[in-house]
Amino acid sequence: MVFALVGNQNCGKTTLFNQLTGSNQHVGNFPGVTVESKSGVIRGRKNDSVVDLPGIYSLRTYTQEETVTRDFILGEKPDAILNIVDATNIERNLYLSLQILSMRVPTVIALNMMDEVRGNGGSIDAEGLSRELGVPVVPISAAKNEGVDDLIAVLIRTAEKRELPKVEDFCRVGPVHRCIHSVSILIEDHAERAGVSSRFAATKLIEGDEEIAARLSLDQNEIETVEHAVLEMEREEGLDRMAALAEMRYDFIERACARTVKKPGESREHKISARIDRVLTGKYTALPIFFSVMLLVFWLTFGVVGAFLSDLLTEGIEALTDLCDNALTAYGLNPVFHSLIIRGVFAGVGSVLSFLPLIVVLFFFLSVLEDTGYMARVAFVTDRLLRKIGLSGRSIVPMLIGFGCSVPAVMATRTLSSERDRRLSVMLIPFMSCSAKLPIYSLFTMAFFPDYAPLVMLGLYLFGILVGILVARISGAFVFKGKPTPFVMELPNYRLPSPKSVLLLMWEKAKDFLKKAFTVILVASVAIWFLQTFDARLNVVEGGEGSLLALVSRFLSPIFAPLGLPDWRISTALITGFTAKETVVSTLSVLLGTTASELSGVLGALFTPVTAMSFLVFTLLYTPCVAAIATLRREFRSRFAAFGVVVFQCAIAWVCAFLVYRVALLF
Amino acid sequence: MTLDQLESGKCAVISAVGGEGALRARLLDMGLIPRTVIRAVRRAPMGDPIELRVRGYELTLRAQDAAKIEIVPAEEAETPITCAQCKACARGRGGD
Repeated sequence: MVFALVGNQNCGKTTLFNQLTGSNQHVGNFPGVTVESKSGVIRGRKNDSVVDLPGIYSLRTYTQEETVTRDFILGEKPDAILNIVDATNIERNLYLSLQILSMRVPTVIALNMMDEVRGNGGSIDAEGLSRELGVPVVPISAAKNEGVDDLIAVLIRTAEKRELPKVEDFCRVGPVHRCIHSVSILIEDHAERAGVSSRFAATKLIEGDEEIAARLSLDQNEIETVEHAVLEMEREEGLDRMAALAEMRYDFIERACARTVKKPGESREHKISARIDRVLTGKYTALPIFFSVMLLVFWLTFGVVGAFLSDLLTEGIEALTDLCDNALTAYGLNPVFHSLIIRGVFAGVGSVLSFLPLIVVLFFFLSVLEDTGYMARVAFVTDRLLRKIGLSGRSIVPMLIGFGCSVPAVMATRTLSSERDRRLSVMLIPFMSCSAKLPIYSLFTMAFFPDYAPLVMLGLYLFGILVGILVARISGAFVFKGKPTPFVMELPNYRLPSPKSVLLLMWEKAKDFLKKAFTVILVASVAIWFLQTFDARLNVVEGGEGSLLALVSRFLSPIFAPLGLPDWRISTALITGFTAKETVVSTLSVLLGTTASELSGVLGALFTPVTAMSFLVFTLLYTPCVAAIATLRREFRSRFAAFGVVVFQCAIAWVCAFLVYRVALLF
Repeated sequence: MTLDQLESGKCAVISAVGGEGALRARLLDMGLIPRTVIRAVRRAPMGDPIELRVRGYELTLRAQDAAKIEIVPAEEAETPITCAQCKACARGRGGD
């Protein structure tokens, strides 16, 4: 059997999903959108699986998440819906439940965080609430794994018996009630044919939902009759259709809760949260704390833990490479194959694999920040800044991570609440200069601008941000025309993150990255190796002078001539930078016949300070590395879009470098 | 008076919810409907967005969106709101 897990954001849905499935999870995307879909087999029941639908507040079709949920329930027809409700915030959570119940699918409600309610002296009469709503209500605590076995048993029983909700009607006698009643009778046949409950269809039709109207294929006459009934209801009720239905639902919830819920006074959790918020969102403390937290995360990830693990992994890979290298030599393998394995596969995939610890460590911190509830505060505090470029405060963290590495930054956009924001943020992240470009900057600034090194470095970072902002404003106005999702966001109480959720997320991101490393990145590394190793007649070349890559670079070098960079060796370095940005430096040192440490002394042969400037601007802005592109492709769900980003970035880089070069020549 | 003008720490009753499309739907879904009691908690460091408390939870809204919500300050409400019945306020025993 298949169950759909539905609930609000911040209600512990992911925690419950992890409890239900353990690590048997499959992560994918819903067709055609960047909304993540997770499914998993319920522990100990290999024929029953649960699909984790996105966190939503309502079943309208204004967001992709809502549409996906609705389409899943109507289209995939799950055997039962598991609706998780945050018992500490029961009124607003039940608002979604009422809409789910009207869909007439076997449903079980899980009352989560009951331990918190009880701990504060409150209580909820689950049986009473079950009578009010007409479906089983099971109190649980997902974080403490209490009541979960019971929940599974009830869920399976409800699905096996195909037990439909026993209550159909959620309104008091009055204009709204009459209107829903008459509309649902009118459309009954259409609804049955479309496989939608007539009551759900009627309420959505009254709210002006065009998607449902299309699904029912009503004729003009029927549409007018519905409109007439709605107008009459609006007149009698004194509220418009949307407000009238929202009020009807909240009115029912208030009455049901009044009979079954005994709320405690201010909860301990809320008291603590309010106290923390006075500092973390305080007028003078909020921003300094946010930037300190980010700096700390960066320092720990890229400076301490991540760097240490990365170095360890690099050494491990090197040792393994040497071992294989020697073994292959001893075996006497054909030198070309030998080179393919060692210099293509091992070198290419190995250099990318050394990112893995950074990604895992970074996601450890990110999931802790997200699960504690701090990320919502960050969005609250920084929203004003991000709004200027057409985004919301939610995007700031992925953008900042972009300064470390674009790969996890792009992956982190998953948590953004709208498709539009996700796409726009993903596009902007490559403009945040990543840490792999730092060796290039430091090499060139030391060689050409030793007196102004910090200033030039800072200037480069700021220039990247500036171009990014310009791109955001322009593409926000043209490409991403869709209306921004309203920034109406909940600030949940602070909570301790569940170690299980944090570990699962780290594992999932690591798996995701490894999959890329052994597919896209492997292919790209082998391709570059091929170009470097052979000449046009497929003979093996030494040194690089006559290789296919040099040939391609000579062919491409006229493109770079207007930037003051006509030498083929520069084009070669830029092309190899595609695999990883640090490679630009190592390629230059190979082609100039020196070691990396002496490189800054001989760069004068290829560059002047002015062309160095142009080169720096170009490397700052041109195509992201292959690992980042592979991630982009995955998030955009389109090869075409990822390719578009590459071309677009190169074009922008060229234009900016050209302008910088021409302007610099004037001085 | 509109919600963006409500001073931090003060309570009010919603009298009408404006806006349109996705914004209006979201406001209503989150429980901001006429006759609901609401309290302004604080403003973000840059003055915007606003943090509110409604139906026993915290919600943030941009000032431009809050301006679409008409309110009547608690002191001027037809039936005066006391702390005991106010669900917006953390001190109240809402729901009883």
